[in-house]
Amino acid sequence: MDDLYRANILDHYRHPRNKGHLENPDIHYHDVNPFCGDEITMELKLDGDRVVDVAFDGKGCAISQASASMLTEEILGKTLDEIRHMGKEDILEMLGIPIGPVRLKCALLPLKVLKAGAWGLEDWPE
Amino acid sequence: MAISTLPEPPVKTMPSVAEIRADFPILDIEVHGHPLVYLDNTASSQKPIQVIEAMNRYYREQHANVHRGIHYLSETATSAYEDARRRIARFIHAGSTKEVIFTRNTTESLNLVAYSWGRANLGPGDEVLITEMEHHSNIVPWQIICEITGATLRYVPITDRGELDYEALDALLTERTKVFAFTAMSNVLGTINPVEELVAKAHAVGAIAVVDAAQSAPHMTTDVQALDADFLAFSSHKMLGPTGIGVLYGKRDLLEAMPPFMGGGDMIREVKMSGSRWNDLPYKFEAGTPAIAEAIGLAAAVDYLSNLGMDWVLQHERELTEYAWERLHEIEGLRILGPGPERRGGLLAFVLGDIHPHDVAAILDMEGVAVRAGHHCAQPIHDHFCIPATSRASFYIYNTREEVDKLVNALYKAKAVFAF
Ligand SMILES: Cc1ncc(COP(=O)(O)O)c(C=O)c1O
Repeated sequence: MDDLYRANILDHYRHPRNKGHLENPDIHYHDVNPFCGDEITMELKLDGDRVVDVAFDGKGCAISQASASMLTEEILGKTLDEIRHMGKEDILEMLGIPIGPVRLKCALLPLKVLKAGAWGLEDWPE
Repeated sequence: MAISTLPEPPVKTMPSVAEIRADFPILDIEVHGHPLVYLDNTASSQKPIQVIEAMNRYYREQHANVHRGIHYLSETATSAYEDARRRIARFIHAGSTKEVIFTRNTTESLNLVAYSWGRANLGPGDEVLITEMEHHSNIVPWQIICEITGATLRYVPITDRGELDYEALDALLTERTKVFAFTAMSNVLGTINPVEELVAKAHAVGAIAVVDAAQSAPHMTTDVQALDADFLAFSSHKMLGPTGIGVLYGKRDLLEAMPPFMGGGDMIREVKMSGSRWNDLPYKFEAGTPAIAEAIGLAAAVDYLSNLGMDWVLQHERELTEYAWERLHEIEGLRILGPGPERRGGLLAFVLGDIHPHDVAAILDMEGVAVRAGHHCAQPIHDHFCIPATSRASFYIYNTREEVDKLVNALYKAKAVFAF
């Protein structure tokens, strides 16, 4: 458990970064994980192709919510094209914890929502 | 063959829980360095060696296709398969093996009724009544069939105690109601519904009664004749048997009048290019090569349960549930859904403060304790209580008080990690 719920995960869960909503976001997307009902909304403000502001909102377990919070910090300043190329490995590295096949969906939901909003990519990130 | 002419199963003296546990090899495994505490029995039970061995023996010594070959093995397999059906029929007190149809699981059994009976008997103006405490498998098939036939789907609401709202039920059951389909035991609330009374209410308005026995058949006596159920569905894997097989019991006259569910081999009497004639019961509803080993495994499972006695099973689980009810209530911030232990089966779904059930389950897992977290395929119940998900601990014949204590200790750990 000390593995899965490392201090940084709990910190992002308890004190989520960039949680809330943007005024007039350029991209807004919401989705749920059908297996568990976790919900994530992602909003982006763009300057050209570059993310200049980001917010998320959601309900769910510590892994999905911490993953969303960390992801917002990760993508600020990135281009949509860079986001397009983000995948499972990036999220695992970002979280820095071992994640089994069932919880993987919790961890990946925020990136899935982000890529669906930015690029219309509806598949689970690989 | 009449069920009453069967020899009674061999009588065994009542074993201790330690002896029962010795029959379940999987209970010896370690999980993350802790002995396994398996409390996810509502989702699926573990299997005793008697079941594993019966299936093993079948594949080593008896396998061929059934009802087809005129050779030694095909006849052996056919006898074993039909003998399994007789033992299962006896377990649920069916009047005839013709009334016992093998399916894949409860879900397929309920779909069979909805599609086959529903398409032939429902139309605009008719109503299908289900309840707010159903598993998705007793909701979605009716939604689909109402869409197809133009019938209207209605739900009996539940009270905040997690029981059916009987006043609303009496108002909803009318001469327009053609089917009343309900669960014998809720897989989230634990509520045991008064099946006999509910069947009688359905019959009083001329409706048929469809019973989802997925959670009751593993844990208490099922007597389809005493219940007077028209249809009753359950799954093998929740009652010590293998996955891949389930049962639909149906009253013979209803089954006779119904069109088949699926077409193919075994379910026909005669196939001409211009059309086909259906086979007799129960084969009319068993298209294609069935799950033979699984039927044999399920028969071994019901023999195992019969040896213990379903009264013992229920009593054992009730004692554990009463104990768990008390111990869980010691934990501040823990809330259990549904009625008190005297009115429920051996399962407790709960929320622990604002810790997400996934996180609760993940921390319990690190302590070797297996529970389920999520909406348990019963979203309407969770919507009723305005919560997205719950954690659920559920008991069976091999669980002990010490395991309940381990659950409680692990829950304190979860609280400590999320310190609230
Ligand atoms: C009350 C109830 N009905 C139906 C089902 C569906 O069973 P199966 O998945 O075996 O078809 C379940 C299993 O979770 C259940 O608990």
